[in-house]
Amino acid sequence: MAMVLNEEAGMLKDAARGFLADSAPVAQLRKLRDTDSADGFDRKTWAAMAEMGWTSVLVPEDQGGVEMGHVAAGVIAEEMGRTLTASPFLSTAIMGATALTRFGSDGQKSEWLPRIAAGEAITAIAVDEGRKHNPSSVATKAERSGNGFKLSGRKSFVVEGHVADMMIVSARTAGSEAEAEGVSLFLVPIDAAGLTVDRIKTVDSRNFATVTLDGVEVTADAVLGEVDGGLAALEAVLDAGRAGLSAEMSGSAQQCLESTVGYIKERKQFGQIIGSFQALQHRAAHLYSEVELGKSIVLKALQTLDAAPDHAAMMVSAAKSKLGQVAQLAAQEGVQMHGGMGMTDEFDIGFFMKRVRVAEALYGDANYHAEKFARMRNY
Amino acid sequence: MLDNVDKGEIMSDLESFRHEVRDWLEASCPEEMRQPMESEADAVWGGKKGQYSKPQLLWLERMASKGWTVPEWPTEYGGGGLTKEEAKVLRSEMQRIKARSPLQSFGIWMLGPALLKYGTHEQKLEHLPPIARGEIRWAQGYSEPNAGSDLAALMTKCEDKGDHYLINGQKIWTSYADQADWIFALVRTDFEAKKHEGISFILVDMDQPGVTTKPIKLISGKSPFCETFFDDAKADKRQVVGELNKGWSVAKYLLTHEREMIGGMGSGAMRPAGDVAVQMLGKDENGRLADPFLRTDVVRMEIDGLAFMSTMERVADEAKAGQGTGANSSVLKYYGTELNKRRLELMMDSAGQDGLEWGADDDVAASWLRTKGNSIEGGTSEVQLNIISKRILELPSA
Repeated sequence: MAMVLNEEAGMLKDAARGFLADSAPVAQLRKLRDTDSADGFDRKTWAAMAEMGWTSVLVPEDQGGVEMGHVAAGVIAEEMGRTLTASPFLSTAIMGATALTRFGSDGQKSEWLPRIAAGEAITAIAVDEGRKHNPSSVATKAERSGNGFKLSGRKSFVVEGHVADMMIVSARTAGSEAEAEGVSLFLVPIDAAGLTVDRIKTVDSRNFATVTLDGVEVTADAVLGEVDGGLAALEAVLDAGRAGLSAEMSGSAQQCLESTVGYIKERKQFGQIIGSFQALQHRAAHLYSEVELGKSIVLKALQTLDAAPDHAAMMVSAAKSKLGQVAQLAAQEGVQMHGGMGMTDEFDIGFFMKRVRVAEALYGDANYHAEKFARMRNY
Repeated sequence: MLDNVDKGEIMSDLESFRHEVRDWLEASCPEEMRQPMESEADAVWGGKKGQYSKPQLLWLERMASKGWTVPEWPTEYGGGGLTKEEAKVLRSEMQRIKARSPLQSFGIWMLGPALLKYGTHEQKLEHLPPIARGEIRWAQGYSEPNAGSDLAALMTKCEDKGDHYLINGQKIWTSYADQADWIFALVRTDFEAKKHEGISFILVDMDQPGVTTKPIKLISGKSPFCETFFDDAKADKRQVVGELNKGWSVAKYLLTHEREMIGGMGSGAMRPAGDVAVQMLGKDENGRLADPFLRTDVVRMEIDGLAFMSTMERVADEAKAGQGTGANSSVLKYYGTELNKRRLELMMDSAGQDGLEWGADDDVAASWLRTKGNSIEGGTSEVQLNIISKRILELPSA
């Protein structure tokens, strides 16, 4: 497959860039933070995104979607990374849609997918329990109860948890805490009795929650995929999210580079434009090279997810690991080259540093995915 | 609908081409040429001075007869006249049977593209077919003792003597000049003009008393580079490529090809560093490479390698689609050579004390030392960063 965007994806990219620059620039995130917004994202913007078909980018046509694939979803995520747009796009349009489309029963699909496509439902994935991402380490229990299950446990760092209408929860139906077998996935509506959601504030001013399940009862119909065999499905959903996050970080890295190069072309010291100093030029040129490599590996991962989703894990881990490093380098170099101004809240560059730190950690940091890559390469 | 029919037909044309290629390769590629290359000696560079085995020569002759040593060059200049898609099919079919490349050549990688763009029809007819057939081996005469990174400071003098040019001066780092038949060189034809504006690009027959070469022994123990001396060397008037005094444009164009060539060297058919490390050092009880710090370095390098390969692919596809920027060749040169140096450092770490042995043809130590030149030749890493700063990021000069 040629590593260029096709016409459709190219048009989507232009449209997304224009819309986000006008309707959801960094200033929007700044305002959400400063006004202590209860939602943590702008519902009008979200509705406009749904109208443009972004929420249905991975939803099949027979469920009301436009089904453009992961490259297209990545294009949108990348542009959101340029503007740090806060929205449930990742948790809902990428991960929720992937989970239901690939592993949902007919009933689950028809209940949720049309609503996701229409921008009417927000979904969240409740996976992690500890300090570090580790999807196979599941202490949350799902005990059989009547013809259904009873869920108990605690989930941390749930993206969009406080605004979700439904949560996909991993819980153990068999085996011991770190085993791959015995994990199952459940669709839990937000109003289920025993479910408590506490929003947590994070460094990037985005939306995360801690979720407590205290004997939450669900029916057998709530199981997503196979009982005891949910980890493979969860990994597939996570990989879609990881690729989306990598695309977002790629957009953020590009924006950091461009803002920084713009800044050093303006700023004067010693009577000279500081961008004429070779010490800065070489750092910027090295960063440019890293950002270019980042763009390539992200596109490769997204294309692999579209062409061969069951064989995409290695490429996705490579992309997530690489972009975690590239985006952090871009943010760090950005702050340094902005000098004192880079330390001020007034300049946007700090917002990028904060967000890429979170995006890097989410669903496995650079080290986690390097380890996973080495394992898959058999060393 | 019509669109789909067209696509279908193109696909089937390509598919029948694939079958044709497959059959021909099966019948024509000697068994010996399907084995991986063991050392430098297995590479065929052609030329009048080269000594090659029978299968090597047979394979070269057969491929050249189809024009497939240069599949995308026009047939009238010795090429195969293939489209990019057909050339891709040929490459993948060659890979399928692990066929070696029939010919390595600076003529193909560097001079050819420059001649195709800047040469006259007569120059193309004179020089391209012998390159395609591997008859003439070319050297590159760019650097001089006082013109390295500052290439445009070159001073080799080229005077118009009416019916010919007379050349005096010295080139350095001319790769394999002692094995070459002709040299493409940058010479100064106007000493009054600004330094970029008095340079010409000229083709010189090395088989004359005015041209001598002297190999330079490197830290690797090998001598892939030479000094080349011009003492009243002659060149015919028709051998200037492009306009007189406008050779810098030709030189720069050629350098973009050279950069991609050098940058891409580290990414070829090499065994993955992780496999090599495991073979040398084994695994621990958890199934991980026994040296945990080396393992970290290897995985970072392999991920960067994958990102680099994807970038090579993307840059090529963008060029095909008429997008992207030519200055990206500097990114490939910079990153590819730095990556290759990292790769060979890890090979040395993996080989341990055994890797310190010296003297055999396939010493890892010799390869390790050789890579140190990758980020110097063809424009140093620092020069590439300058190019990226100026041409892509448009940062101002000091």
